Amino acid sequence: MIKVQNISKKLGAKLVLDEVNFSLKKGGITAIIGANGAGKSTLLSLMARLLPLDCGQISFDDLDTGKTPSDVLAKKISILTQSNYISARLTVLQLVMFGRFPHHKGRPQKADHAHVAKILELMELDEIADRFIDQLSGGQQQRAYIAMILSQDSDYILLDEPLNNLDMKHARNIMQSLRKIADEMNKSIILVIHDINFAAAYSDLFIALKDGKIIVQGSVDEVMTEGNIELIYDMQVDIKTIDGKKHAFYYT
Amino acid sequence: MLKTSWFKTDKHIIIALSLLAALLCILFLTYGAKGQWGFVLSFRGVKIFALVLIAVAIAVSTVLFHTITHNRIITPAIMGFDALYVFIQTSLLFFLGVIEFINLSGMGKYLLNIVIMVALFLGLFHWLFLKANRSIFLLALTGIIIGIFFRNLSYFIFRLLDPNMFAVLQGELFSSFNAVETDLLGISAVIIGLCLVPIYLMRYKLDILALGRDKAIALGINYKPNVFGLLAVIAILVSVSTALVGPITFFGLLVSNLAYLIVKNQNHVNLLIVACLIAICTLVGGQFIFEKLLGLQGTLSIVIECLGGITFIWILLRTHRR
Repeated sequence: MIKVQNISKKLGAKLVLDEVNFSLKKGGITAIIGANGAGKSTLLSLMARLLPLDCGQISFDDLDTGKTPSDVLAKKISILTQSNYISARLTVLQLVMFGRFPHHKGRPQKADHAHVAKILELMELDEIADRFIDQLSGGQQQRAYIAMILSQDSDYILLDEPLNNLDMKHARNIMQSLRKIADEMNKSIILVIHDINFAAAYSDLFIALKDGKIIVQGSVDEVMTEGNIELIYDMQVDIKTIDGKKHAFYYT
Repeated sequence: MLKTSWFKTDKHIIIALSLLAALLCILFLTYGAKGQWGFVLSFRGVKIFALVLIAVAIAVSTVLFHTITHNRIITPAIMGFDALYVFIQTSLLFFLGVIEFINLSGMGKYLLNIVIMVALFLGLFHWLFLKANRSIFLLALTGIIIGIFFRNLSYFIFRLLDPNMFAVLQGELFSSFNAVETDLLGISAVIIGLCLVPIYLMRYKLDILALGRDKAIALGINYKPNVFGLLAVIAILVSVSTALVGPITFFGLLVSNLAYLIVKNQNHVNLLIVACLIAICTLVGGQFIFEKLLGLQGTLSIVIECLGGITFIWILLRTHRR
């Protein structure tokens, strides 16, 4: 169970998040949507303690992020940030093994190797496991970073634009894998995603932010209406139901 | 990318470098020795000890600085350590006068240098990094400005010095491996040894810190206290080596980048050991060539900076190509 209570955040003079409140039950996929600059990434960073809270409180299963030791939280929450750059020269395997650090503290055990092998296969990285990160394409790198997050094996997984740089095929594979992880391993996944149709196809809940406030929240079907989308993004789209699923048409 | 394919694993690299270092040390100890062995060995042994200490201090501080700044082409010198050292020497000479300056005991000057440098930089780190919550990059930038400030103050004093004083100062400022005072070595060894203890304890955390602030925090590292501790260790190591032989931080850039070039599994245990070994080989080998073969013409630091500069440009060009 995640509880976000009364959090606000100022970056410079700008109020990026303004009294945000919500709580989520454990399990399932929640998509945070909203226009650029709505405060989505800041919200994820605050939840993952990458930024200090100005006010308010965030807790995961009663672990307060402000008070719990960082290494305890590392087994509870993991986060994929938007920009990933590493100056050290690492192979995919090494990077993904670093995701196990909260568990092995620098000395990987058999269980860690087994877990990493499983994740590499899931992310279709086993063939390039020994390649250096800086020699991979953007999409391959993105998958390696996601694999690192998954190998951390935390109960709550926060992903900031996981589909960055990915082609259609890999984007769909990742979303399918996330769905599987959420359903079969009872993980809670919270992601920031821009393609509303991808979000609608794979998530259970939507939280929509605008100017630092939650303006709409609810199940995918509730949120996916022409009125709501116009409210969130200030643009008109057609919502059509195809085979029982709602799709937004906004290309033309 | 890797030309050194004669070595299959990092263990082989470490063994080969250790052997080379040992060989160079033995050569340095015994080459052309005449007279009493006891005297020769203790005389030269002290020199080797000094060279090894400096090599370790500089290699370790540079690699750690790269780790916490995520940038492999800067050195702790960017923070203005060198400039502060020059300023301390210059103002000591200016305010004390030549006679007093020369009479100042080695130990006194050494401790004074270390205390001022460490105190100033710890104060700066504490204020900017812990209190004002600024990023490590702002810290480095502030260091650059402080460096310029002290350098200009020193230049200003240079203009006020008479030629005799200036000559004395110049002799003092060229880093020299010949004139290391033996009574300073013991205390330096203790300080450097104490600095290596926390680094050993943090050896796995260092790999995580190298991934960047966000990833380190996400993986459960207490970022600020750890980075502050490392900055403190770097400040102490650089101060000790500078107070001992003068400013030679460029050397650290050279050995760390050579280590990045040849180490295959780049965890910090491997990187630190290889960088230290390369540093020892370079300093001991360089001093041997310089002292025994060239007959003390010139200064080792000048040779190292010159060859180091060329090597470094070569490394940059090569890395750019991939």
